Amino acid sequence: MSVATASERSGAGRSPDLPPPATTTGAIGWLRENLFSSPLNTALTLAALYLIYLVVPPVVDWALLSANFQSGTSNKDCVGDGACWTMIRARFGQFIYFRYPVEERWRVDATFLLLFGAIVWLLIERTPGKLHMALFLFVVFPPLAVWLLFGGLGLATVETALWGGLMLTLVLGTVGIVFSLPIGIVLALGRRSDMPAVRLLSMVFIEFVRAVPLITVLFMASVMLPLFLPEGMSFDKLLRAMIGIAFFGAAYMAEVVRGGLQAMGRGQYEAAMALGLNYWKMTALVILPQALRIVIPGIVNTFIGLFKDTSLVLIIGLFDLLNVSLLATRDADWAGLGSEAYAFVALVFFAFCFSMSRYSLYLERKLPSGRRK
Amino acid sequence: MTAGFDRRSRPLRLSWRDERTRALIIQLAVVAAVIVAIASIIHNTAENLANRGIASGFGFLDDIAGFDIGITIVPYTATSSYGRAFLVGLVNTLTVSAVGVILATVLGFVLGVLRLSRNWLVSRLVGAYIEMTRNVPLLLQIVFWYFGVISSLPAVRASLAIGETIFLNQRGVYAPAPITEPGFWTIPAAFLVAAVAAIVIARWARRRQEATGRQFPALRAGAVLIVGLPALAALATGMPWTWSYPVLKGFNFEGGMVVLPEFLALLLALTLYTASFIAEIVRAGIQSVNHGQTEAAHALGLKPGITLRKIIIPQALRVIIPPLTSQYLNLTKNSSLAVSIGYPDLVSVFAGTVLNQTGQAVEVIAITMAVYGIISLIISIFMNWYNRRMALVER
Repeated sequence: MSVATASERSGAGRSPDLPPPATTTGAIGWLRENLFSSPLNTALTLAALYLIYLVVPPVVDWALLSANFQSGTSNKDCVGDGACWTMIRARFGQFIYFRYPVEERWRVDATFLLLFGAIVWLLIERTPGKLHMALFLFVVFPPLAVWLLFGGLGLATVETALWGGLMLTLVLGTVGIVFSLPIGIVLALGRRSDMPAVRLLSMVFIEFVRAVPLITVLFMASVMLPLFLPEGMSFDKLLRAMIGIAFFGAAYMAEVVRGGLQAMGRGQYEAAMALGLNYWKMTALVILPQALRIVIPGIVNTFIGLFKDTSLVLIIGLFDLLNVSLLATRDADWAGLGSEAYAFVALVFFAFCFSMSRYSLYLERKLPSGRRK
Repeated sequence: MTAGFDRRSRPLRLSWRDERTRALIIQLAVVAAVIVAIASIIHNTAENLANRGIASGFGFLDDIAGFDIGITIVPYTATSSYGRAFLVGLVNTLTVSAVGVILATVLGFVLGVLRLSRNWLVSRLVGAYIEMTRNVPLLLQIVFWYFGVISSLPAVRASLAIGETIFLNQRGVYAPAPITEPGFWTIPAAFLVAAVAAIVIARWARRRQEATGRQFPALRAGAVLIVGLPALAALATGMPWTWSYPVLKGFNFEGGMVVLPEFLALLLALTLYTASFIAEIVRAGIQSVNHGQTEAAHALGLKPGITLRKIIIPQALRVIIPPLTSQYLNLTKNSSLAVSIGYPDLVSVFAGTVLNQTGQAVEVIAITMAVYGIISLIISIFMNWYNRRMALVER
C-alpha cells in the first residue's frame, strides 16, 4: 500500500485550493478591512483624511518648509509667513539657563549630565551595580547638585533668583520626584499602620492635600510659610516652592504606593513574620520591593503629572521654562512670536512626558502576566 | 479568634519589647510632635501678624472690597463686601467647572469610543490627539488658547461672523440671547413635567417587562415627551420670547449675550485636556469587558445597540467611574489655573486680590482650601453613591 498523496486524499477530480481573492489580502485587503469596511467607516475615514488635510500641511509648512532657522537679533531678520525659530536660537541660553551667569553654566550642564547618566544607567536592563546607582541618585546626588548649582566650597555662589528656564523646570521636577517618593512611602505605610494615631494623621494629611489645588499649596508655601517661622528666620522663595511641590507630590505618591501595598497577599506578611523579621525588616526586605515593583507604572505617571505641574510656579513669580517663554513673547524685539515660543515649550514638555509615559507602558507590558490583575 | 493565644488579653508590660507598649509610646511621641509643631506655628504666626500690624479674624468679609471684577454671575459692584467678592469667585469657579465637566465627559466618551474604532486612521488620529494634549502642561494650553488663539482673533470691527448672528472677535463670542416675555415659565415647567414623566414611564416599563416580559419603547416615548411637551407649551402660549441680536454700535457690540475670552480660553483648555484623560479611561473601561460578553449577547439574539447599552456599558462603567471621579476632581481643582489669564475664579479673586488688599493670608488661604475641600468631598460622595448603584450585585 502506497502512501496517499494530498490530492488523492482530498478526493479525485477536486481542483486545488484557489488563492484568496485579491481584494481580501495585501494592501487592498488591508484598506478594505481597516478603512472602508462599512459606509459609516468610509465616512469616518474621509472625515479623518479631510481633517489631516486641513491641519497637517499648513503646520508642516509653517514649522518646517517656510520657517526661518537662520540666526538673527530681532523679528526683522525673519522673512515670510513661516515660523521664526530665529527667536528661539537667539534666546536659547535664556530658555535653558535664564539668567544663570554664562561662565558658570558648565555647572548646570555637569549636574544634569550626572543626573541623566544615573537615570539611564538605572533604566537600561542588565547594567551592574543598580543598587549603588540608586543609592548615588537618592543620597549622594542631591547634596552634590546643590553644591554644583548653588555654589560655595570653592565655587562662586549663584543666587536662586538667577535660576530659570528649562534648568529650573528640571530642578523642580527632580526635587519633586526625589523627595515625594520617600515621603510618599512613609505616608502610605503610616496609612496602613496598626497604630490609630499614625493612621489618622497620615490619612488627614493625604486627603487634605489631595483635595486642594496645587496653586493653593504654592500660595500657602509662598505666603504663609514665612508667617509660620520664628521672627527673622526666612528662606528662599525657590526652596519654599520646592517644599510645596514635594509634599503635594508625596500625597499622590502615597496613594499609588498604598495600592501596591494592598495588592500584596497576606501570605507575604505572615511568611516574613514567621521568619522572625521585625516590622522594618519585613517592610524593607519583603513588602516594599514587591509592592513598589507592581506600582512602577503608577509612580511614573505621578512623576509625569508632577513634572507638568512644575509650570505652575510661574503664578508665584518663578521663571520656569513656561514663564521664560512668556517673557520672550513680551520682548519688543521679538513681538508677535507667541506661537513659536509656545510650540517650543510644548515640544520640550512633550519630549520629556511622552518618553516617560512610553517607558511606563513598556514596564507595564514587561511585568509578568501573573502580576497583572 | 476563637480559642488559644489572644495577644489582646495579655496584661500590658511596661517594656520596649512589648509590642503594644511600643506602639503606644510611638503614637504618643508622634502626637506630641505634631501638637508641638502646630503650637509653634500658631505662636509664630500670631507674633508675626502682630508685628506686621495685620488684623485677624473673619471681620474683613464685611468690609467694602473696592475693586471691580470682570465677569460676575451674581450681582456685584465695587462697593460690595469682600464676602460678596468671595461669592462671585466661588460661583465663577463652579460655573466653569460644571460646564467643563459636562463637555469633557461628552468629548471624552466620543474620543474613547473612536480610539477603539476598527478604522485604523481614525483610531491613530485620536491616539495622536490624546498623546499631544496629555503630555503638555495644562497651564501652557490655557495660555496658548488665551494669548495665542483668542487674542489673535480679529478686532471687534472685523469680527468673524457666522450667519450674521454669531460674532467672533478678540473680546469673545457674541450670540443672540432670548428675551423672555410673560408666560415663558410654561416652557421650563413643561420640560420638568416631561422629564419626570419620562422617568416614571421608564420605571413602569421596566417593572412591566420584568413581570410580564412585554416590552415598551420607554426611551423613545421619553424622548418624544421631553422634546414635544415644551414645544407644545411654546405653541400654546404663542412663542413668548424674542431674540436680542448683537449689533455693532460704536466700538463694541450691543445686545445679545457674550462669552468672554477668559472664560472661553479656560473652558476650552480644561475641556480638551480633561477629555483626553477621560478618553483613555473610557477606552480602558470598554476594553476591560470580556469579548465573550458581546458574543454571548449576540448568541442570545440581542441587537448590537442593545448589546452595547445593556451589556457592555454597564460593565464598563464599573471600571470607568472611580477614575472618572478623580478626573472631575482634577478639572475642578485645575480651574484654579484661571488666575494665570485673569478669569476671576475663587483663587484669582479671593486668594489673589482680596489677600493682597487685606493681607490676611491665614484666613483667606484657609477659606479657599476649605472650599476646595468641600467641593471635592461633595463630588466624591456623589460619585461614590453612583458607583455603589452601578456596582456588581453579587449573590
